[in-house]
Amino acid sequence: MKEQPNLSYIHQLSGRDPVFEEKLISIIKKEFPEEKARYFKHLEEKNYKLTAEDVHKLKHKISILGLEASYYLAENYENELLENELSKKNEFEEVLQSMQNFIDELK
Amino acid sequence: MNCIIVDDEETARLIIEKLASKNALVNIKEKFTNAIQAIKYLNQNQVDLIFLDIHMPEFNGFDFIRTLKSPPKIILTTSDRNFAIEAFEYKCIIDYLVKPVTQERFNKAIDKAQSISIPNHHLKNPENDLFVNIDRRLTKIDIPSIYLIEAKGDYISIKTAKKNYIVHSTLKKIEKKLPADTFLRIHRSYIINVKSIIDIEDNSVLIEKDIVPVSRNKRPELLKYLNLL
Repeated sequence: MKEQPNLSYIHQLSGRDPVFEEKLISIIKKEFPEEKARYFKHLEEKNYKLTAEDVHKLKHKISILGLEASYYLAENYENELLENELSKKNEFEEVLQSMQNFIDELK
Repeated sequence: MNCIIVDDEETARLIIEKLASKNALVNIKEKFTNAIQAIKYLNQNQVDLIFLDIHMPEFNGFDFIRTLKSPPKIILTTSDRNFAIEAFEYKCIIDYLVKPVTQERFNKAIDKAQSISIPNHHLKNPENDLFVNIDRRLTKIDIPSIYLIEAKGDYISIKTAKKNYIVHSTLKKIEKKLPADTFLRIHRSYIINVKSIIDIEDNSVLIEKDIVPVSRNKRPELLKYLNLL
């Protein structure tokens, strides 16, 4: 079964402080689409070095949302991009989509 | 401890701030989205500790550290689980935190920061180091390991036993950075490390595996460098 994004880390960090959680989630809601857009832009431009940097940046959000296996996938993809390889592209983009769906549902 | 946070990611800055709020030893004075802003602040203010992201666009964490004459203690924050080897070269880096950071790990790093004192000189041997700009990164080259520098149009090729570096610069510029007792320009396109010479013929020197031409007018100067029998 594929792992699902979750709020375990955020709850642990906040000590269930709803004000902090709301603030953090609102920042993630703002930053994640921006980071994702940069990734797709650089990918389309075939600038794989910058794409690898974008994947690196996205790894933080992946780990915040508790996606342990996806983190390693992203790490491998990041290294792969530096060699101009894209074999993990689709799998990685599925993770991004699943994160976006999860974030969209958060209030 | 008075601290600042340097991280281009707002999420990361907020998380460090939250973790710091639960640790009585830490007082976050300022947060910066890029290294340049932080340098400006540090020119006017003293801090005890910096939480520093390694991966930032344009000017990364290591570039930032190199600009600080007397850096305070630094805790790196990174999404790299394989800690950057380069970090071990800086005495001011006392710990690194892999994102996302937990409270327990954060507190450990703060305890470490509290108990460690750092020497004034953070670089191992700066007089032997040359920093060159390659792909927007400042890369360190050990000067004694350089045996040949060759001009190639707008670029220079710096050759060491381990690696060659292509840098956008001129021989004139790099010549000024190298110790004059070891490095000599023997041709308009070549600077050599005299200590690496293996063999000399009339108009050329063998240096490592490279045969390098010697200008006629540079030959007397070259011979002065050598311990001739």
